[in-house]
Amino acid sequence: MANVYAVDDHAHADPTGWRRYVLSTNHKDIGTMYLWFAIFAGCVGGILSILMRMELAHPGIQYFSGLAQMVYGVSGDAALDNGKQMYNAFVTAHGLIMIFFMVMPAMIGGFGNWFVPLMIGAPDMAFPRMNNISFWLLVPSFALLIISMFVEGPPGMHGVGGGWTIYPPLSSLAGHPGPAMDFAILSLHLAGASSILGAINFITTIFNMRAPGMTLHKMPLFVWSVLVTVFLLLLALPVLAGAITMLLTDRNFGTSFFVPAKGGDPLLFQHLFWFFGHPEVYILILPGFGIISHVISTFSKKPIFGYLGMAYAMVAIGVVGFVVWAHHMYTVGLAADTQAYFVASTMIIAVPTGIKIFSWIATMWGGSIDFRPPMLWAIGFIFLFTVGGVTGVVLANAGVDRDLHATYYVVAHFHYVLSLGAVFAIFAGWYYWFPKMTGYMYNETIAKVHFWLTFVSVNFVFMPQHFLGLAGMPRRYIDYPEQFAGWNYVSSLGSYASGLAVVVFLYGVFSAYAKKVPAPANPWGVGATTLEWTLPSPPPFHQFNDLPIIK
Amino acid sequence: MLFTPCLADSLQKQSRITAMTSFKTWILAGLFGLLGAPVLAIADAGHPVNWQLGLQDSVTPVGDFINSFHNGLLVLITAIVVFVFGLLVYVMLRFNSKANPVPSTTTHNALLEVLWTIVPVIILAVIVIPSMKLLYYQRNIPKGDLTVKIIGNPSWNWTYEYPDLGVNADKSAKVSFTSYLLPEEKAKAEGRTYLLATDVPMVVPVNKVVKLIVTADPDGIMHAWYLPSFGVNMDAIPGRLNEDWFQATKEGVYNGQCVQLCGKEHAYMPIEVWVVSEDKYKAWADVQLKSPKPDELDQFLKTIRPADAKIAAN
Repeated sequence: MANVYAVDDHAHADPTGWRRYVLSTNHKDIGTMYLWFAIFAGCVGGILSILMRMELAHPGIQYFSGLAQMVYGVSGDAALDNGKQMYNAFVTAHGLIMIFFMVMPAMIGGFGNWFVPLMIGAPDMAFPRMNNISFWLLVPSFALLIISMFVEGPPGMHGVGGGWTIYPPLSSLAGHPGPAMDFAILSLHLAGASSILGAINFITTIFNMRAPGMTLHKMPLFVWSVLVTVFLLLLALPVLAGAITMLLTDRNFGTSFFVPAKGGDPLLFQHLFWFFGHPEVYILILPGFGIISHVISTFSKKPIFGYLGMAYAMVAIGVVGFVVWAHHMYTVGLAADTQAYFVASTMIIAVPTGIKIFSWIATMWGGSIDFRPPMLWAIGFIFLFTVGGVTGVVLANAGVDRDLHATYYVVAHFHYVLSLGAVFAIFAGWYYWFPKMTGYMYNETIAKVHFWLTFVSVNFVFMPQHFLGLAGMPRRYIDYPEQFAGWNYVSSLGSYASGLAVVVFLYGVFSAYAKKVPAPANPWGVGATTLEWTLPSPPPFHQFNDLPIIK
Repeated sequence: MLFTPCLADSLQKQSRITAMTSFKTWILAGLFGLLGAPVLAIADAGHPVNWQLGLQDSVTPVGDFINSFHNGLLVLITAIVVFVFGLLVYVMLRFNSKANPVPSTTTHNALLEVLWTIVPVIILAVIVIPSMKLLYYQRNIPKGDLTVKIIGNPSWNWTYEYPDLGVNADKSAKVSFTSYLLPEEKAKAEGRTYLLATDVPMVVPVNKVVKLIVTADPDGIMHAWYLPSFGVNMDAIPGRLNEDWFQATKEGVYNGQCVQLCGKEHAYMPIEVWVVSEDKYKAWADVQLKSPKPDELDQFLKTIRPADAKIAAN
């Protein structure tokens, strides 16, 4: 038998057809699948949000009882009840899809898989087969979440209407006795397992497979950002897994972790959830910080300003991100001293975040800036993320949060940092690396139209939501008093325009694939200095068989 | 800068402009709204106003503190956003590839890096002092002149109990009633706002410290009792008793809503509080103690209803 292995020199034909993807162990193919998955899930989540904005354009219930009638085959009062529940299910699914199936797959699975190995000069990820299962776990996970919308949740109604935070008792037997919540819990378990496996893979890859000479302090900032992110994933997700497992056993096996009548405590779930949930929101934005650093540096034709400060600012954000969770819980009746601690710790995060904003501007300062599409998205990111950041400082104050907690002000805040922050970073990365990944240039005019349409429309969507929140409009409402009608209408119009922007985006992608304008190895010039630009576009199926030496 | 002295003044007395036509509102909303400066004085106490940009007017000491602190923060954060925006615009104009063909190679400036670490720390320290004062003012709950127990029900409505007005043999409060959403036709007929108005209000005397015990049905789900003008927002959690307080200084009708996602009727469980004179409160308590029929109570409530707060111009 020894002979058999002796002749196996690891040379093999590149797989083709469905085998190339379904059985893939190639970080670039898996990254591509993650990106397509993210685009698909993003469209699903986006359609949900536009339907919600259509409903909210005017007071009263316009669409959802009809929608429930159509989808669930109910009528009369049952249609109205199902419509209201369906709206909550949309709120829940929109949040979970955008977090677990759009932003995370795009940033970590997509760009992370593609560019972490390329940037550190590695041939592939450390555990290629595990990489495959990380991706393919997401597909059933997404399917379970979608299925949950069509099975019974509350008696006689469908779907999980508990919000992405799935607080018990609403999410336990008291609120959702039907199997919809169990589907959602299992969906989260799978998505969590996928992310934990991915995190282990990235940590191993980054610590063990850097090219000779690439010390941690020479590592590109995107790799730094992914490293910090995956540590957060590894530490935070098991806590979520624990919490939702307890919820699952409360629901199905008679335990009472969160059941007050049997000595449990619903607040325990909130603490566990946010111990995961707060790091989670940094998981969503940190890789974006990395992407933005590369784009800003490339198109300013200058090395990043304050490299070490930038890297350790991300480490600081990651560390402090674990000790601020209860700022999501100021109104649950925490003691004043507890709230005071969380006010102070939360505010501290503004410092490293400020360092990053100013370092990006300092990178542009003295540069020779080209306003190519990725740079537009990156500059847009800096501005919008600043707006979202300062409202975060307002909300950090428990005293003021009293008036804003669970209102549209919070919705506006987290959409400025995520829907505008993280998503702008994803589009910056997309337009930055698209030529590298596909080998095709895209039409820059379409890309710029996409940017401007998105930039203007998302501000129309979310800026008015600050006003609604300040005026006291609670979030997760299907209907509202007529005094909120004005700004809701503006916000809805903005959301239609942002939907149009997505169509422009998809058309741009389509036209790039249709026209097949070949991309050079480095389309961006002297500013693009990381290793991926030394390879042809697209890179060969396997790269760095001879390891590059970093000076 | 957006903040002319005149506008800064209007921060102090937020709501004196109400006769604003919808056209003017539009223009102003457009001008200030899009620039991210919701300081404009379209606001009232007790309910929102269409095209409102800032907080509702406050009628409690805690609410006043929240509003003034928030409006100060708003000036500060707007200044920060304008500063960053200004830097971005300057950099884009001054350092684009046409204006500056040869990029510098500067990657460090110790002084600058120390500055942009220290200055934010100082700004945050300045914020934290009033923030802590506000927080401890809110949460050091004073001795109440009366106590109201608020229970969020699984059937999406609120029960109010007044233990101070006497208890039955089984220790349950004699005055205990449940407040439901006022149906749309009825709200329209009475000229009140659907989704804010309730069939019966919680009634409290003006200027008295009202202590709240907020909880939810032990077998039910969570709700949250939110009254913006009072600066009160407290989760109603099964199995827990949460304390809060307010001292309303102005008679009137004040509305709020549930702010904890609680199922299909989440948007349909409004809160209505009437702040009335001591005498009217006593009369109300007397009527309530006699377990009135709904019609009788309705008739009586009409006699003590505070003058309606100003209704939005739109």
